[in-house]
Amino acid sequence: MAKRRVVTTTINGRQTEFLCEPRQTLLEVLRDTLDLTGAKEGCANGNCGACTVLMNGRPVDSCLVLGVETEGAVLETIEGVAPVDGLDPIQQAFLENAALQCGICTPGFIMSCKSLLAENSDPTENDIRFYLAGNLCRCTGYDKIVRAVLDAAKKRNAEPAPA
Amino acid sequence: MSTIDRTPAHATNGNGKPYKVIGTRPIRHDGVDKVTGRAKYGADIHLSGLIYGVVLRSPHAHAKIRSIDVSQALALPGVRAVVTHKDLREPGDRIVELGEGAVNLRHLSNNILAADKVLYKGHAVAAVAADSVHIAEQAAGLIKVDYETLPAVIDVEAAMKPSAPLLHADLFTDELGQKAKAPSNVAKHFRFEKGDIAKGFAQAKVVIEREFRTATVHQGYIEPHNATAMWNADGYITVWTSTQGSFTVRQQVAELVNAPISHVKVIPMEIGGGFGGKIRVYLEPVAAILSKRTGKPVKVLMSRADVFEGTGPTPASYIRVKLGVGSDGKITAAETYMAYEAGAYPGSPIGAGAMCIFACYDIPNGRIDGYDVVVNKPQTSAYRAPGATNAAFALETVVDEACEQLKIDPLEFRLKNGVKEGSRRVDGPVFPRIGMMETVEAVKKSEHWNTPLTGKHRGRGVASGFWFNCGLKSSASATVNPDGTVALVEGSTDIGGSRTGIAMQLAETLGIAATDVVPTVGDTDSVGYTDVTGGSRVTFATGYAAYEAARDIQRQMVERAARIWEVDAAKVSYENGGVTGPDGKRFSFKELAEQINKTGEPIVGRGTVDPEGCGGAFATHVVDVEVDPETGKVDIIRYTAAQDVGTAIHPSYVEGQIQGGTVQGIGWGLNEEYFYDAAGTMRNSTFLDYRIPTCYDLPMIDTLVVEVPNPGHPYGVRGVGEVPIVPPPAALANAIYRAVGVRMKQLPMSPPNVLKEILRKGASK
Ligand code: FES
Ligand code: FES
Repeated sequence: MAKRRVVTTTINGRQTEFLCEPRQTLLEVLRDTLDLTGAKEGCANGNCGACTVLMNGRPVDSCLVLGVETEGAVLETIEGVAPVDGLDPIQQAFLENAALQCGICTPGFIMSCKSLLAENSDPTENDIRFYLAGNLCRCTGYDKIVRAVLDAAKKRNAEPAPA
Repeated sequence: MSTIDRTPAHATNGNGKPYKVIGTRPIRHDGVDKVTGRAKYGADIHLSGLIYGVVLRSPHAHAKIRSIDVSQALALPGVRAVVTHKDLREPGDRIVELGEGAVNLRHLSNNILAADKVLYKGHAVAAVAADSVHIAEQAAGLIKVDYETLPAVIDVEAAMKPSAPLLHADLFTDELGQKAKAPSNVAKHFRFEKGDIAKGFAQAKVVIEREFRTATVHQGYIEPHNATAMWNADGYITVWTSTQGSFTVRQQVAELVNAPISHVKVIPMEIGGGFGGKIRVYLEPVAAILSKRTGKPVKVLMSRADVFEGTGPTPASYIRVKLGVGSDGKITAAETYMAYEAGAYPGSPIGAGAMCIFACYDIPNGRIDGYDVVVNKPQTSAYRAPGATNAAFALETVVDEACEQLKIDPLEFRLKNGVKEGSRRVDGPVFPRIGMMETVEAVKKSEHWNTPLTGKHRGRGVASGFWFNCGLKSSASATVNPDGTVALVEGSTDIGGSRTGIAMQLAETLGIAATDVVPTVGDTDSVGYTDVTGGSRVTFATGYAAYEAARDIQRQMVERAARIWEVDAAKVSYENGGVTGPDGKRFSFKELAEQINKTGEPIVGRGTVDPEGCGGAFATHVVDVEVDPETGKVDIIRYTAAQDVGTAIHPSYVEGQIQGGTVQGIGWGLNEEYFYDAAGTMRNSTFLDYRIPTCYDLPMIDTLVVEVPNPGHPYGVRGVGEVPIVPPPAALANAIYRAVGVRMKQLPMSPPNVLKEILRKGASK
C-alpha cells in the first residue's frame, strides 16, 4: 500500500485533517474517510456532476480531484450548505418547486447552483441551463430544477443582505 | 434556449375537486434529508468491519469458460475470498414469479455469475472480497480465466438467421405454442389476431407499409447498482440495497443462495433512480455469498461502465408496420411484425410492446406477430413502459404518413380512430373508462397547438401512446399517535416522492393534514408483502392500501368513541376529520387520538390490497423542432405533453413524472444508443459518450394534466409514471418530417442519421 499522507483542509468552515493514499480521490476521502456521503458517485469520471463540491469557491467534480491536492484548500460540501436552524434558500426552493424525484443528483445540483448564484445573482433561464449542463438528472427532465433555481435567485435577492 | 416566459405556471391542480389534501402540493416528507445530503442511498451505508467486493467481468461478447484460476488473487494480502458460479446454488430450470414476470432461475443465476459460458461483454464471471476496494480491484485483475472465444451476434435481424451463432444450445423456439425441433436464438414467436386483415386491407384507400429499427438504450439512472450484505452465523442474511422492490430482492436472493425467505431481510435504502432497471438482482446474491465466506459485511458497488455493460438495457428492435385507412379516414386494417432483442437470455418486453402497438386506435382487423430474440448483449430489463416506445415510434410514424396522404389533420385522425370505453384491442381486452380522446382534445385546445409555427426548417409533430399500468399487491400499516398524527409504514420503495402521494391518500381519508402523516418505507420484516415499484402502480395500489389502512383506523375510532360516550357504535360515524355521535357529540381526530392510550388498546390500521382495475394510461404529445440541414441536429423549440392521470394526487410530482418520462423519450429519440464494435464491445460506456439529455439540450416541458378518474380506485388514481416516455420519439420523427421532409425510420435520430436522410433526399431530387 502506498504511503499515506496527512492533508490539512478546511471543510464546511472547520479545519479538517485526514490521512489519504495518493491515489484516493477527494470524493473517496469525503465519502469513505470523513463519512460525508452527501456527495454522490454517479460516474467517477467527471461526466455527471453528482459529486460536485466547492473548492476555494469554485465547483469541482470531486471524483476528478485527488485527496492530496486539497492541501490548504477551503472545501464546501452539501453538508455545509444549510444554516444550523433551517435551510438555505436554494434548498428551500428545490423543495417548494419539487425539483427532485429520486434525489441522487440533488446535492450536486445544489452545489453548482450555489456557485452560479454567487457569480450571477439574477440568472436567466438560459444562463441556468448553460451553467448546470455538467450536472445530469435522469428523473426530472430539468424543468422543475430550472424553475427552482430561478425561484432561489428571487428569494435570495428579496432577502436583506447579510450584515 | 429560453422558454420559460411563454410557459404557463402549472395551474393544473384543484379544478373543483371535493378534496382537501388530494390535489395540493405539500413538501415531500423526505425532502429535507434529500436536499441536505443526509438521505442514505445504498452506497452510503457504512457498517463496522465492512469489507469490499469487486466483480470481474468478461472482456468477450461470447466465449466458453474453460477454467478459472483464482490462486494468485487469493494470495494477495488483504484478500478474503473469491467466488464464482460454483458458489451459487444450481437452481435448475425452475420458473418463478418475481413480481415483474416469470423468470427462469438458471438464467438469473448464470447472469449473476456466468457458469460455463459468457454471453456478453461485461458478463460477471467472479467476485473478490478484500479489505479495501483497491485491493479487491487488484485481485480481480489477478484472476486467470481461460476463455475459448466464439463468434458473437449483436443484432436482432442477424440473430434470427438460421446461420447465426447460437447463444444457447438448449433454446428451442416456442413457435405459436409448438416447440421447434432445432435450437435457435428465437425464444418465442406469438401472434394476436382480430377480424380479417385481408378483407380490411382490401377496403383501404391507402395502405402504407414501412420498416423501423431502434437502437439499444439504457435506463441511465444516475446511481449505479449497489448491494451490502451480512450473512450471520445463525444463517440469517441482511441485505441493504437500492432497489425497486425489497420483496423481490428477498425472493431472488433466497432462491439463488438457497436460504428460506424468512432468513433474508432486505432493508431498502434510498434509491437513485431505477426506471425498471433495479428490479432484477445483480450484486445482492454475490455480496451475500462473499459475506458467508468471510463472516463480514460486504459492500459491492458497480462502476458506470459496469452499469452500461452489465445491466439494463432496453431492447433494440426491428418492426414492420402495415396500415390500411379508408377514404373516410377510418383505419380498416393493421398488421405488424415485431422482433425485440432480449439480450443474453430470453424475456424481452416484446409481449407488452405487441399489446401496446395498436392500443391507441380502434382497429377492426389486425394481426400482430411478435418475436423474442437472444443476442450477445446484456439481458434486457424493464424500462418505463417496456416495449411500448419502440412500438409507438413505428406505428405513430405510419399513422402520420397516412394522415399526410389522406390530408387529415393528425388530431382529427385520432378523434376519428382513437379508443374509448368499450373498444377492443387486437390482443383481446376491452377498454374500461379511459382518457385517450381527452388527451387529444386537450392538445387540440392548447395554446401550443393553436399558435402557428413559423420559420425555416421548423416542424410540428404529434404522437400518442398507451401503457397498461398495473395493480399487484401492496401493504401499509398506520399507527395513531397521541398527538394526533399517524405513523405510516408502507412497502413501496420511493423512487420519486411516492411516500408523500401515499401519505396524502391516508390523510385525505382521515381528514387530517398531509404533514400530520409520517411515512416510512418498511423493510421486508416490518411491513406486509409489497410488489415492486414499477408498472406505474405505487400511487394507485400502495395508495389504495393506505386508504384501506385509514378506513380501518376510522372503524376503530368509531368504536372507541362509542365506548367513551357509552353509546351504540352504530350511532357513531366518521366524517369531516373526526367522529360524530348522537346529541351533537363530536371528537376531532386529534381530540380522540389524545384519548386513545388512556381509554384502551392502541389503534393501528392495516391495509392490504391486490386491486384489479388499474385503468390504462394514454398520452398525446406535440413538439416543435428546428432541424439544422447542414448538420442534421434537431433542436426542440417547444414541447407539450397531455396525459390522462386519473386523479393527480400531488400535481407537482405528476408533472414531474410526465416531464421526466418525456425527456427520457427525447433522449431515446434523438441521441441515445449503444455503439458496438464488430467484436461486440460497447464503445461508449460512459456518460460522456452515451449522452443523455442535459438541461442545455431542452426547453421547459409543458404538461396538460387531464383527469378522467379511474373507477377502479377510491380517488380515481391511474398510474402516471410510464406512458410519458412512449410518444416522444414518434412525435419528434413527425416533427422532423414537417421541418425538412425526411421520414426517419431509425432511432436515434442523431445528427449523422438525420443528415444521412437529408443528403439522400437531396440526391434523389
Ligand atoms: S461522480 Fe464525479 S462527475 Fe460523476
Ligand atoms: S432526481 Fe433522480 S437523477 Fe435527478
